[in-house]
Amino acid sequence: MSELTELYQEVILDHNRRPRNFAKLESANRMAEGINPLCGDQVVVYLQLDGDRIVDMSFQGYGCAIAKASASLMTEQLKGKSRADADQLFAALHALLTGDPSVDLSEDGLGKLEVLAGVREFPIRVKCATLAWHAMRAALRQDRPQVSTE
Amino acid sequence: MSTGTRMSQPTSGGAFPVQRIRDDFPVLNQRVNGQPLVYLDNASTAQKPRVVIDTLSRYYAEDNANIHRAIHTLAERATQAYERTRSKVREFINAADSREIIFVRGTTEGINLAAQSYARSVLTEGDEIIVSAMEHHSNIVPWQLVCQQVGARLRVIPVDDDGELLVDEYRRLLSERTKLVALAHVSNVLGTINPVKQMIEMAHSHGAPVLLDGAQAVPHLRVDVRDLDCDFYAFSSHKLYGPTGVGALYGKADLLEEMPPYQGGGEMIASVTFEKTQYNVLPYKFEAGTPNIAGVVGLGAAIDYVQQVGLSAAGGYEHELLDYATGVLAAIPGLQIIGTAREKASVISFVIDGIHAHDLGTILDQHGVAIRAGHHCAMPLMQRFGVPATARASFAFYNTREEVDALARAVDAAIEVFG
Ligand SMILES: Cc1ncc(COP(=O)(O)O)c(C=O)c1O
Repeated sequence: MSELTELYQEVILDHNRRPRNFAKLESANRMAEGINPLCGDQVVVYLQLDGDRIVDMSFQGYGCAIAKASASLMTEQLKGKSRADADQLFAALHALLTGDPSVDLSEDGLGKLEVLAGVREFPIRVKCATLAWHAMRAALRQDRPQVSTE
Repeated sequence: MSTGTRMSQPTSGGAFPVQRIRDDFPVLNQRVNGQPLVYLDNASTAQKPRVVIDTLSRYYAEDNANIHRAIHTLAERATQAYERTRSKVREFINAADSREIIFVRGTTEGINLAAQSYARSVLTEGDEIIVSAMEHHSNIVPWQLVCQQVGARLRVIPVDDDGELLVDEYRRLLSERTKLVALAHVSNVLGTINPVKQMIEMAHSHGAPVLLDGAQAVPHLRVDVRDLDCDFYAFSSHKLYGPTGVGALYGKADLLEEMPPYQGGGEMIASVTFEKTQYNVLPYKFEAGTPNIAGVVGLGAAIDYVQQVGLSAAGGYEHELLDYATGVLAAIPGLQIIGTAREKASVISFVIDGIHAHDLGTILDQHGVAIRAGHHCAMPLMQRFGVPATARASFAFYNTREEVDALARAVDAAIEVFG
């Protein structure tokens, strides 16, 4: 049962109960929706982008604890960051979730996102953890207002 | 009602021999994540008894050949085994004639066949198809496609808070524009057994034929298509303890005769020239190409098995399990059962305050308990009940009270985690 404890760490449960930046962002100039057709989960990510910089960020929607905590942590981590930072952090998170050994995680400053490492033992839940991130990337590209995990 | 209602108590007198039945299902005897497997995802797909597994392997080891084509001995045996299952299905659902049984890939293909072959050729602009708010996507989307193709309109029978269809609303929807009604016999989410016999009569009084989606009914109820007087009935083998990738569509012969083929190819023709192709007779007109022969033969074994267990004894036992599980789950604080119809099959959907169904599914799995979490391919119904997803435990006649208790303990553990 230790894998469960790994998965549902206190930080994740806390962000699930009290998601940060969980509101519509009135100043947003970018937004995108992410849906997971497998389970019907849905998240909308709002960005206030100033040139290359994410000035402010929020999300709304419904999903499991993993999806919500990951989205909440993402908004905390990406505020003030550049597009390149966002891309790099996504790549690092993806490597963390899939256990990709070719990416060196020690340098990437995953910070609190490390709490998502437990998802690695539950491959079907990787999509939950990346849902908001895919929406964030779509919002940055602003090419597709809706992305799907499928 | 003689059909569509739950089976009565076991007739054998004694208790239902669940332990002996469990021994027939090899897959049940294993541990998952260190715990004994508790398989409660039967509405998704049922496990297979050894006779079905053995039948498949024996078919391939001893009889394998293409059917209806060659004149050698193996082809003869394979053809006979395949056609024997057709008779078994006919008998199982009490159809009048084996020609009315068409083998398909499953419920989904059966409904698509009826939609594209029947509805598409009969409906015109302004006509209406009625479905209900509790349909599986496979009994919604095929009709939407037809509606787009012919300019018809889809109307929806609403459900009440208990998960029962509003028959009065249905009565109001019926009109001379109604050209088809497509209904779940039993809901895969709510477990509701719909009053289909009455609803069929109402449709017929407006001249509209009715298709029943029997995917969730056939494993639990005795189905009599002639007593129901439905025009089409679709079901899947894999939910009835048979192999995946095969199912049957029943259609009344006079309708099937008039319908154009669904797919073209081998088997469905009588003669082909480049000028004109003569279609084969029923049911072969609708069975283009080499079918899932082994799957059909396996379905035959599954039907024999279910008959041997006895659908009425099994239905009675499942009903007891349903009542027990309903009581146990309802007693858990913060747990709400979705689907409280008076007539139910052994399916329980529920939500728990503060715990998403997905998280619950993962935690239960760590306790060896397999349930389904999600929208169950019924997104409009989820919307109706205002939930993105539910957890669903669905029971087969090999499940036990101890397994219900294991489910409840695992739910308690999940509540503990999310505290
Ligand atoms: C009510 C209902 N209809 C249709 C289907 C589709 O069945 P299949 O996927 O076997 O075609 C299902 C299966 O989940 C179901 O529960």
